[in-house]
Amino acid sequence: MTDATTNTDTGNRSGIEIRNLYKIFGARPKDYVEKVQAGMGKEELNDKHKHVLGLQDINLTLPPGKISVIMGLSGSGKSTLIRHINGLIMPTAGEILYNGRDVVKMNEEELREFRRHETAMVFQKFALLPHRTVLENTCYGLDIQGVDRKESEPIAKKWIARVGLAGYEDNYPNQLSGGMQQRVGLARALANDADILLMDEAFSALDPLIRMDMQKVLLDLQAELKKTIVFITHDLDEALRLGDKIAILRDGALNQVGTGQEIVLRPANEYIAEFVREVNRGRVIRAETIALPLPEGELPKMKVKASSVLEKIARRMADAEVRTATVVDAANKPIGMVDMTTILTAMVTPASVEEGDDEVEEDSAA
Amino acid sequence: MASSCWGLPELLCEFPSLPNSTLRHMRMGIDDGFRGIVRAYSDQIDAATRPLQWFLNTLEHAFVDTPWFIIFALILVVVWFASRNPKIVLGSSMGLAFIGIFGLWEDTMTTLAMVTVATLIAIILGLPIGILMARSDRMQKILTPVLDVMQTMPSFVYLIPVVVIFGIGKVPGVIAVVIYAIPPMIRLTNLGIRLVDKEVIEAADAFGANPRQKLWGVQLPLSLPTIMAGVNQTIMMALAMVVVASMVGVGGLGKNVLQAINNQFFTIGFLNGFALVAIAIIFDRASQAFGKRLQKHSEAGHD
Ligand SMILES: Nc1ncnc2c1ncn2[C@@H]1O[C@H](COP(=O)(O)OP(=O)(O)OP(=O)(O)O)[C@@H](O)[C@H]1O
Ligand SMILES: [Mg+2]
Repeated sequence: MTDATTNTDTGNRSGIEIRNLYKIFGARPKDYVEKVQAGMGKEELNDKHKHVLGLQDINLTLPPGKISVIMGLSGSGKSTLIRHINGLIMPTAGEILYNGRDVVKMNEEELREFRRHETAMVFQKFALLPHRTVLENTCYGLDIQGVDRKESEPIAKKWIARVGLAGYEDNYPNQLSGGMQQRVGLARALANDADILLMDEAFSALDPLIRMDMQKVLLDLQAELKKTIVFITHDLDEALRLGDKIAILRDGALNQVGTGQEIVLRPANEYIAEFVREVNRGRVIRAETIALPLPEGELPKMKVKASSVLEKIARRMADAEVRTATVVDAANKPIGMVDMTTILTAMVTPASVEEGDDEVEEDSAA
Repeated sequence: MASSCWGLPELLCEFPSLPNSTLRHMRMGIDDGFRGIVRAYSDQIDAATRPLQWFLNTLEHAFVDTPWFIIFALILVVVWFASRNPKIVLGSSMGLAFIGIFGLWEDTMTTLAMVTVATLIAIILGLPIGILMARSDRMQKILTPVLDVMQTMPSFVYLIPVVVIFGIGKVPGVIAVVIYAIPPMIRLTNLGIRLVDKEVIEAADAFGANPRQKLWGVQLPLSLPTIMAGVNQTIMMALAMVVVASMVGVGGLGKNVLQAINNQFFTIGFLNGFALVAIAIIFDRASQAFGKRLQKHSEAGHD
């Protein structure tokens, strides 16, 4: 584990498998788990038995090498869920499987080893050690593993440079801005060379612009490192930008799991539709998502990439004054077609969600 | 007796207490039992306190027998390394000069040895007790009232059981001083550890730190400023208590003060009092400056 070269063998890695997970907070949670399993809701449990239902019946697969985003409003149980993955919180019932092992069944020593070598975590308020310099903070995980400073310092320096903080090694966290502190948090987590990276609202405390920066840093790193990332946010734009897979949590229950495209196009319920309403769909939905089957005979002349977002395509088609275009994949092979009507329909918020007012999505500038 | 009682019956007038004979028997029973136990174990008690006695004597001899200018310089060096502040070093040298000029050097050294030993013991015992208290809520529930009693009990009262058990001399004096001075050390260690940012503790947990790594790597370093405030208070309380402890045979400045009180030696009383104040200020400023220096990393500011 001292070898910090990047972990790229996505092939035979297992994801994280969360099964039938329940978490009840209170004095005697075990007593009520059956009632909750039988369908008792959060409010009833709270009113009648003074226990808080943190999570109910969570079944979720977090695929290896991908960014899975868990989204939900404040109090929906996001932090509770992510802390189950490294055993900081133990469930009332259920299992968390990783590489064939159940985190819930590990004893203290096994859990420590698991945390040291398989997971790393980035925190909303950074949680850096104020008495350690940037370099020492980045070494922290390796210190805990018992790695010699002679070995750990070069690794730490590499990651500090990688997150763009070269030259700040000897500063203390309090001398850095929030964005820089979170870069240290990220470097500290990466230096662990763990496969699982847990990020609890890691960018929520940052200014919008710095936040975009950090999202880009994370995406760049992920393109290379292919870690199994669990990212928590309450911001749908962030979720759509980062998430290969998005899970939406509400009152401790999963409401919908899918790709960003699926969630924006087919919100599972009113609650999610409400979330999705404010999204600039033209900048999220991709051509491949709404592509129609290839027509018989001649294909439209204009070609658009499968991964282009609708807003871009619409502008190009309008400029060229055409009404149809062929969607091609990365290898330039036609996979379908789009027309202006389909694009417009997909870009405007569906009527059912509009609640009567017929205004088209406003074009909020980024 | 009951004349000022609005003519009420006796039961309502004077608080009904146990009969005098019962109280006397109770007192004598407890006192005799206590003395009996002490007598029975006097050898063991002697053996247990011998290292302390030796430590005290050695340190006192070291302080008193070493030529004054070496101690003088040594104190200034320690103050400098603790505070890195020339003003505090200058103030300290003035305080020490004042002590020497008025002929109190030797007594001051005796007192210094005493306070040093008492403070060291208070830290060595108080730190682990404070850590235990921070780790367990039950421990905190048990210890808090004990500490409350220790801090509010008049300091003279400690002398009684201490003298019964250990007799008259330096060792009982030191023990009384430690009992009196240890509560802030325990309290502030506990408080400091409990106030460490929960998120940072969680981060240590998330990286797989074991309890020992958490204690030494996170909890103690982050609570050090608070713990230093505890050390500072412990020193101050030890200095206050040496005067009282001189009643059971502790020498030094406290003894002079006690004699001055008994004989109404106004000048001697104040001079010795001021010497104590001078030491107190030196200790206080140096340890506070040290505590502040420990927090240097928390000074914000971009460069
Ligand atoms: N230790 C606890 N004891 C009792 N209730 C708790 C505890 N921890 C969390 N809860 C409750 O569980 C629910 C979910 O909390 P959680 O912190 O996971 O929410 P969250 O989605 O992370 O919210 P936020 O966006 O505010 O961080 C809340 O109702 C909270 O009050
Ligand atoms: Mg949270």
